[in-house]
Amino acid sequence: MTLELRNVVKSVGAETHIHATNLRLARQGFNMLLGTTLAGKTTLMQLMAGLEQPSRGEVWFDGKNVTGVPVQKRNVSMVYQQFINYPNLSVFENIASPLRVARLSQAEIKARVHRIAELVRIAPMLARRPSELSGGQQQRTALARALVKDADLVLLDEPLANLDFKLREELRDELPKLFANRHSVVVFATTDPMDALLLGGHTVTLRQGRVTQFGPTAQVYHRPADLLTAQVFSNPPINTARVSKRGGHMVLSNTVQWLAQGAVRELPDGTYVVGIRPHHISPVANGPAATHVDGKVQITELSGSESTIHFEHGSLHWVSQSHGIHAVEVGTTIKLYIDVERCMYFDAEGKLVA
Amino acid sequence: MAKISLENIKHSYLKRPRAPEDWALKKLDLEWTDGGAYALLGPSGCGKTTLLNIISGLVRPTEGRVLFDGIDLTERPTDRRHIAQVFQFPVVYDTMTVWENLAFPLRNRGLPAAEIEGKVQAIAQMLDLTEMLQRRAAGLTADGKQKISLGRGLVRSDVNVIMFDEPLTVIDPHLKWQLRSKLKELHQRTRRTMIYVTHDQTEALTFAETVVVMHEGTVVQVGSPVELFERPRHTFVGHFIGSPGMNVLPCEVSNGAVLFAGQRVDVENPPTAPLNGRHTEIGVRPEFVGLDQQGIPVKIIKVSDAGRYRIVEARCGESHLKLLLEEGAALPGSSAGVRFDRSHTRLYADSQLLE
Repeated sequence: MTLELRNVVKSVGAETHIHATNLRLARQGFNMLLGTTLAGKTTLMQLMAGLEQPSRGEVWFDGKNVTGVPVQKRNVSMVYQQFINYPNLSVFENIASPLRVARLSQAEIKARVHRIAELVRIAPMLARRPSELSGGQQQRTALARALVKDADLVLLDEPLANLDFKLREELRDELPKLFANRHSVVVFATTDPMDALLLGGHTVTLRQGRVTQFGPTAQVYHRPADLLTAQVFSNPPINTARVSKRGGHMVLSNTVQWLAQGAVRELPDGTYVVGIRPHHISPVANGPAATHVDGKVQITELSGSESTIHFEHGSLHWVSQSHGIHAVEVGTTIKLYIDVERCMYFDAEGKLVA
Repeated sequence: MAKISLENIKHSYLKRPRAPEDWALKKLDLEWTDGGAYALLGPSGCGKTTLLNIISGLVRPTEGRVLFDGIDLTERPTDRRHIAQVFQFPVVYDTMTVWENLAFPLRNRGLPAAEIEGKVQAIAQMLDLTEMLQRRAAGLTADGKQKISLGRGLVRSDVNVIMFDEPLTVIDPHLKWQLRSKLKELHQRTRRTMIYVTHDQTEALTFAETVVVMHEGTVVQVGSPVELFERPRHTFVGHFIGSPGMNVLPCEVSNGAVLFAGQRVDVENPPTAPLNGRHTEIGVRPEFVGLDQQGIPVKIIKVSDAGRYRIVEARCGESHLKLLLEEGAALPGSSAGVRFDRSHTRLYADSQLLE
């Protein structure tokens, strides 16, 4: 099963909300839609579902043109950020509702509802109303309703965003198991890069209505096509700076430069933008000849096992994230070491060159 | 500024509470010292907002007393406790400018104009709002409005404590990061007493010097972020803090030896007395579980790439555990051996750290 968007554009008046998009999503694993708020994730999902019609372009599903086919005729399930359940129905009836619409027998409905309820771990709550459930249980009810239908296309729009931190983690762990033996194309929209990394599958990075990259998640993360993608896929934000390549060296400033090695050495001399992930800058040297930058500490955040240090180097405001407790005083200047082998370089157009 | 004490506080929202679960807050005693940065951390329903509301006066506790600098304020209403609150949703006067919003509490107190100007400018500068002072508050984004809410508390010098109730809820996820750091910076600069309620451990651990972990109406542990992470005194704390949380594995204790999956495990706190009838478990964080061919045999179920590290899920008999691998480290095959770092592996009895 595949979902295809062929040159899909969505405009509202003079504004283009989705620029020409070509995507092919398969049924294996999760297809993550990663982008900040207002990047266009929800609009794109609505176009996929048939809740919205494209201004131009076509939507194809399983080799059939479904452009213009309304969502009711599409066999789609959706789960939203706000746990949406029928407040006046029991959990059982909530989950059963799509099956009742499909006019299945009572016996079949009962069997399927119970099986799904066990899977999402809300079987003890079947007689209750949504208002009597915790947030996590309400969202599981919504998930159960989406799963029981066995839809061809399942769309999850930031389904974990309104849950407690820990609950979000737990549900995120469970989701792959819930969707393991399904025949659906599953699309999951999120603003959190960690969701994409941990749910794996494929990732579409979206920025201002444009798809910047699509591929296996690990690949999009480790080899972003451009700076925009690298930025979307980074939390805390990726550190950037202008560097000049001069012969065998990368020069950041008067005091900071390093050897250009490997593929980087082959780059033509000139100006580039270097992108360094926060966890590739550390107050601990990763070797005797480690490149360092002098940073004036602005904020130190210690969260149990990690230290996040915000510092200034000239006009740069950078962030370092490292393992362990490094309680550095605000206002002091310390050496921070860069793992230069893991730096990414982008050209004047923002494209990844090394 | 004041030292705040909560004595023998218990609270129920029911008229006639009977069973333990009828109490939103079970008996607790807490002290908040002047100038501290505190977080109240716990899952939904743990009682943290109730506790915050008792301190602020929005809720009168069923039992117990609230004291500010030794003075019993339990009966005193909110507006006479000299507190400032920042809620989930920004509270701003939309039609006034940012300047007027920040000046509002000072004008109410009849301060002279020159002094008001000085304080507003100073606070605006701290909050990076200087450029927006003449703008109407309605035009600001959510994080800008939250800064105004916060600023109104900071301009006043008679504030005993500033309280935050999940203040980043409506902030754009990409900007939460900045506002979180800003709050921490503000505490470091002003040294006002601040109490921050959240379910998000990252928010709590990065902001607070002291974290109060709550679960089902009780305070489970109070400590610094490092202490809570390194030495959880209750398996709930170990599970709740850390992402992924602590591994809690059932174990047996036999003749003073701790056994997991039939193998002997060295723990930091070996038992010194018999533990008959008590439910024993070992707690060890994924950070402190390593791969070792000669270690306890496990089956590898899944390896996830989380960018800066990899999470390995393994199974040993009925138990599931997780361990972390550094970026670039060699991946295990379908079976492997694991070893627990003794100084970070602890024995828990009935969910409590054995001490």
